[in-house]
Amino acid sequence: MDLYEYQGKRYLARFGIPVGRGTIADTVDAAVAASDELGYPVVLKAQVKTGGRGKASGVRVAADPAEAASHAEAILGLVIKGHTVRRLWVETAAEIAHEYYVGFALDRAAKLHLAMVSARGGIDIEDVAEKDPGAIARLEINPLDGLSASDAQTLTSAAGIGAEAREGVTDVISRLYRCYIEGDADLVEINPLIVTTTGEVRALDAKVTLDDEAAFRHPEWSEFAEAEPDDPRELAARAKGLSYVSLDGSVGIIANGAGLAMSTLDVVSQAGGAAANFLDIGGAADAEAMTDALEVVNSDTKVRAILVNVFGGIVRCDDVARGVLDALGRVQLASPIVVRLDGTHAAAAHALLEPHLSDRLVMAPTMLAAAQRAVELAAGAGR
Amino acid sequence: MSIFADENTLVVVQGLTGSQGSFHGLRNRAYGTKVVAGVTPGKGGGSLAGIPIFDTVAGAVAATGANASFVAVPRLGAPSAVLEAAAAGIALVVCITEHIPAKDEALLYNLLRREYPGCRLIGPNSPGVISPGKCNIGITAGEIALPGGPVGIVSRSGTLTYQALHELSQQGVGQTTCVGIGGDRVPGTSFTDVLAAFEDDPETAAVMLIGEIGGSDEELAARFIAESMTKPVVAYIAGVTAPPGRTMGHAGAIVSGHTGTAQAKIAALEACGARVARNPSEAGELMVRVVRGLA
Repeated sequence: MDLYEYQGKRYLARFGIPVGRGTIADTVDAAVAASDELGYPVVLKAQVKTGGRGKASGVRVAADPAEAASHAEAILGLVIKGHTVRRLWVETAAEIAHEYYVGFALDRAAKLHLAMVSARGGIDIEDVAEKDPGAIARLEINPLDGLSASDAQTLTSAAGIGAEAREGVTDVISRLYRCYIEGDADLVEINPLIVTTTGEVRALDAKVTLDDEAAFRHPEWSEFAEAEPDDPRELAARAKGLSYVSLDGSVGIIANGAGLAMSTLDVVSQAGGAAANFLDIGGAADAEAMTDALEVVNSDTKVRAILVNVFGGIVRCDDVARGVLDALGRVQLASPIVVRLDGTHAAAAHALLEPHLSDRLVMAPTMLAAAQRAVELAAGAGR
Repeated sequence: MSIFADENTLVVVQGLTGSQGSFHGLRNRAYGTKVVAGVTPGKGGGSLAGIPIFDTVAGAVAATGANASFVAVPRLGAPSAVLEAAAAGIALVVCITEHIPAKDEALLYNLLRREYPGCRLIGPNSPGVISPGKCNIGITAGEIALPGGPVGIVSRSGTLTYQALHELSQQGVGQTTCVGIGGDRVPGTSFTDVLAAFEDDPETAAVMLIGEIGGSDEELAARFIAESMTKPVVAYIAGVTAPPGRTMGHAGAIVSGHTGTAQAKIAALEACGARVARNPSEAGELMVRVVRGLA
């Protein structure tokens, strides 16, 4: 789960990392009131879960209430890389002397944690990483050993952080590591970490991605989930325990297993179509799960054809076929459905489906044939 | 021959009295796997379907000579179950448990590596290891596999692994061993480890590798194929059209550079001489042609 900047800052603050004073606002009036209360100048920042906000004019400084109002007006509703801005974070403007970068993430190849620190933080850090990798000090951390105080100092000096900020940055590095480990984050990143003209070190931005698998031991994360304005179908699917991601195409996908579901999207694309969603019903693929999945996909008005792709291993294809027929009795489908069942008891499954086949229920022998048929149906038939 | 598990593998199932453990453990035995013991703390001295239950893995090893473990324990207990098996001298641990936090997996991986370097962990979130006709540990349906080789399979995905087994078996091409390394972020065993084992296995003539987006394990595998493999490799990578991840920030990009996308993985594998299929059926067809060409 990705956090918004304001949530990320709240999370960093739990671990004692200094962040600026600010307020969240979702209307122009609320933004002006927040600005008045904080005292000018203030920064109004778009809250979206993507980078490049500054470059998209989603971050602006206001010197007085009139400016705060016009900036809030301009930023609310702005679309940044497909994300609509619904909320602003209003923060007291900082007098920046220098911008640094600090981040922790898992190095999957080394199977170790990785610390990254640079004295050249700011919006061009990715360029720095590519063109001048030496400007980023890195340290691999074995989780058994952790990050020692002297490791944090080594990082600060290797990154070339100036003497005036060294102590503050070293402290933030140690605290951010704790946030990353104890906070069960996949990624924590402060860019920029600033030192102000008065020598204060604090996080001006925060990018935090939490490990969803660790949610069970973090009841405090519920506040983040509630604030999320998600796709309604994704919420419905999640409530039913299905793994669902909404996409732009017209072929609704239902498959068992994440790998097979991903592979199904690829094959639909090879057949010249595009998937309307990713949906993994899990290993079981019983009638209940199939009904739930069909309901979710059927509620998507983009869908023109549905492709069910199940490989039976321990789950038997005849049970899945019964599930499909049972679900069809319960859900009135707006689109034709193409079913591909292979693996354990596939022949029995085909025999079960055979009497019910029509132009609304089609069976296909292979993944590719099923995808081709679904793409044809999606292109041809209206709803 | 086969890798990791064969007819001499003696399996202890940790969590045999649980629902997953009993279902899959007994299926594995019905397949012909030598399931010699179960472990459930507090239930030692009992038995399940004729399989003796022990309180500890050490107890099971002492009494039965078990040399492999099947961990079918819920996620809160799974890492310590793996460590218990390693401490008891078990050489192969297959862990099917899903949803273990990445921090716990990273800790487990590094602990095993430092304290118990002789123990191989497959998983977590592994569908299992099957050496057809000899030994099946995990949740793979044994019927879809075909004994006799000569193809080795290694995969990060469960259902795609079954699909691959099925495609080959339908064409009469058997498998030496099929290893599901699991799709989690810190797998105990990586593609490269399994490729090395297949390269050393005289009965494996060709290898099918099934990868997916994320991480850089496929890219590392590609380098290994170029530098150290003489056997042909057919690969399939799922997720060419997957939507870009919703992860924000730059740290991910800084860590992996341009690796991680399906395109990057496919390019890396092709550059190293692997044949890359566009879908699972094509992977099966390519492998059938490779095997017939070798014969």
